[in-house]
Amino acid sequence: MKKNRMNWNYLLIAPSLLISFSVILIPGILTIVTSLTDWNGISPKINFIGIRNFLELFSDKVFFIAIRNNVTWALLFLTIPVCIGMLVAMFLLGRKKTRSIYQIAFIIPYVLSPIANAMIWENMIFSPLFGLVGYLRNLGIDISSPLASMQSAIYACAGVDIWHYWSYLTIIYLAALRQTPTEQLESARLDGCNGWQLFRYIYFPSIRATVNLMFVMIVIGSFLSFDYVKLLTGGGPAHSSEVLGTYAYSLAFDSMKVGKAAAAGLVMSFFGLIASIFYARLSRKETME
Amino acid sequence: MTAQSKKKKIGTNIIIHGVLMILVIICMLPIALVVINSFKEHTQIVGNPLSLPDVLHLENYIQGWTNGKFARGFINSIKLVGSTILIVLTCSCLAGYVLAGKRIKGCGGISLYFMMSMTVPIQLFLFPLYFVYANLKLIGNIPATGLILAAVYMPLSVFLMRTFFLAVPRELEEAARMDGANTAHVIWHVMAPIVSPGLITVGVLIGLQSWNEYLISSTFLQGEKNFTALLTFLTMNGSYGANMGTLMASAVILIGPVIVFFLCMQKYFVDGMVSGAVKG
Repeated sequence: MKKNRMNWNYLLIAPSLLISFSVILIPGILTIVTSLTDWNGISPKINFIGIRNFLELFSDKVFFIAIRNNVTWALLFLTIPVCIGMLVAMFLLGRKKTRSIYQIAFIIPYVLSPIANAMIWENMIFSPLFGLVGYLRNLGIDISSPLASMQSAIYACAGVDIWHYWSYLTIIYLAALRQTPTEQLESARLDGCNGWQLFRYIYFPSIRATVNLMFVMIVIGSFLSFDYVKLLTGGGPAHSSEVLGTYAYSLAFDSMKVGKAAAAGLVMSFFGLIASIFYARLSRKETME
Repeated sequence: MTAQSKKKKIGTNIIIHGVLMILVIICMLPIALVVINSFKEHTQIVGNPLSLPDVLHLENYIQGWTNGKFARGFINSIKLVGSTILIVLTCSCLAGYVLAGKRIKGCGGISLYFMMSMTVPIQLFLFPLYFVYANLKLIGNIPATGLILAAVYMPLSVFLMRTFFLAVPRELEEAARMDGANTAHVIWHVMAPIVSPGLITVGVLIGLQSWNEYLISSTFLQGEKNFTALLTFLTMNGSYGANMGTLMASAVILIGPVIVFFLCMQKYFVDGMVSGAVKG
C-alpha cells in the first residue's frame, strides 16, 4: 500500500521535470559540448577544437565591450531603480488611501511588453522626426537621438528598461515593509525616532533579506539583459551597445558561429552562477548570526 | 499637535505627493503620447507630436487593424498563451503538491534544480534547441513554442504552487484519505478548490509574461502567418515610410487589452509578483 502511494507521487512530479530537462537541462549540456566545436548550425561535419572558441572570445574586442556594457547595466540597475523603488515604497507605506492608485499608475509600464515599450520610446521619445527629441529640435535645441550615438546608446537602452522595471522593486519593497513588526515601530516612535532613523534602524533591517535577494536578482538579470538592447539598437551603432545576450545571439544567427555563440552563452551563465553562489553564502552567514 | 508641526506635516505631504506625481507623469507620458498621436494624421505628428488632435482620425485604427493583420496575430497570441498556461498549470500544480508535502525522496534536490534553472540565461539552451526544432520541422509551430515558454516559467510556477499547497491543512487530506479517497481524488476534489486562487494567480502571471515574451517567440515563431500580435507590430515598425498615426493606433490596439486585463486582474498579479520574492 505504502509503496504504491510513493509511485504515484513520482508520476506527479515527472511531467514538470521531463519538460524542464528536455528544454533546459539537455540543451544546456549540449551547449557545453557545442562550445568545444566549430559547428555552424547546418553542416553535419563537426570538429572538436578544444577551448579555441573561448580563446577567440577573449581576444575579441566586441566581447569586452559587451562585458563592460553588462557591468554598466548592473551598476545602473543597482543604483537608480533600487533608490527610486525604495523611496517610493517608503512614501506609499504611509499613504493608505492613495497607495493603490499610485501603484497602478507606476506598474503599467511593467506589464507592457518590451516590444511595445521599445517601439513607443523609439517613435515617441527618441525619434528625431516624430518624437520628443524631434520636437525639442524644432524648438532649436540641438540634440540628436541618444540611440544613434556610440557614447549614449547603452544608457538610452538601460533608461527605457529602468522606466519599465523600477515599479517592480517598489511593489516588492512595499510588501516587505508592510511586514515590519508593529511593536518595534511603536516603541521606536515613543523613543522619538524621526523618519530617517525609523527607516535606518527599524524598516531597513526588517526587509534586509528581501533587499539582498533583489540585489542578487538584479545582478543576475543584468547579465541576462537582451530585449531592450536588441529592440532599440540591435547592439549598434558599431557594436557600442552590445551586451553578452545580443552578442551571443548574433554570433549564432547572423554569423553562424554556433560554437562561439555557445561559449558566449556559457560566459553569461558563469556570471549568474557567481551571483547565486555569492547569495547562497550571504544567506547562510545571515542564518548563522 | 502644535500648529507648527501640523504645518510642517502638510508641507512634507505636499512634497511627497509632488514627487509621486512627477513619477506618474514620467510613467504615463510615453503611453499618453501614443494615445494622443493615434488620433492624428502623419503630417500632424511630424509637425508637433505634443499637440492634441483637432479631428479624431478613427480611420487610423481601422487601417492599423487591417494593415497589421491583427485578427490573425491575436489568434496566434491566444494560442501561444493558451498552450503555455495549460502546460504550466497542469505540471506546476502536480509538482507543487508533491514538493509541498515532501512526498518523495529528493525534494530538496529537485527544488535546487528548479532554483538554478530559474537563473539560467535563455542563451544557455537556445542554440541547440533551435537547431533540434529546425530538424524536427517545429519552427513556426505555436504549441511547440508554448512548450519552451512553459519550461522557462515552470520553476517560478512550481514554487508559487508549492506555497499555495503549503497553506492547505494536512488534516483535510488525512480525513479524505480515511474516507478512502485516492491521490487523484485528493488533488481534484480536496486540494484544487482550495488552491484555485493560486491557479488563477499563476495563470495571470504566466499569461501576461508569455503574451509579452520576445526572445523565444521571435526566434521560434518564424513565418509571418505564425506571428503573434506583438511580432506583427514589430514588422510594421520596421517598414520604412510607415504612417505614424496608423502605427500608433496599432500600438493602442496592442497595449489597450493588456492594460484592461491588468486592471481587472491586478490583485492576482501583484500577489504573484510579491509571493515570488518576499519571504513572509
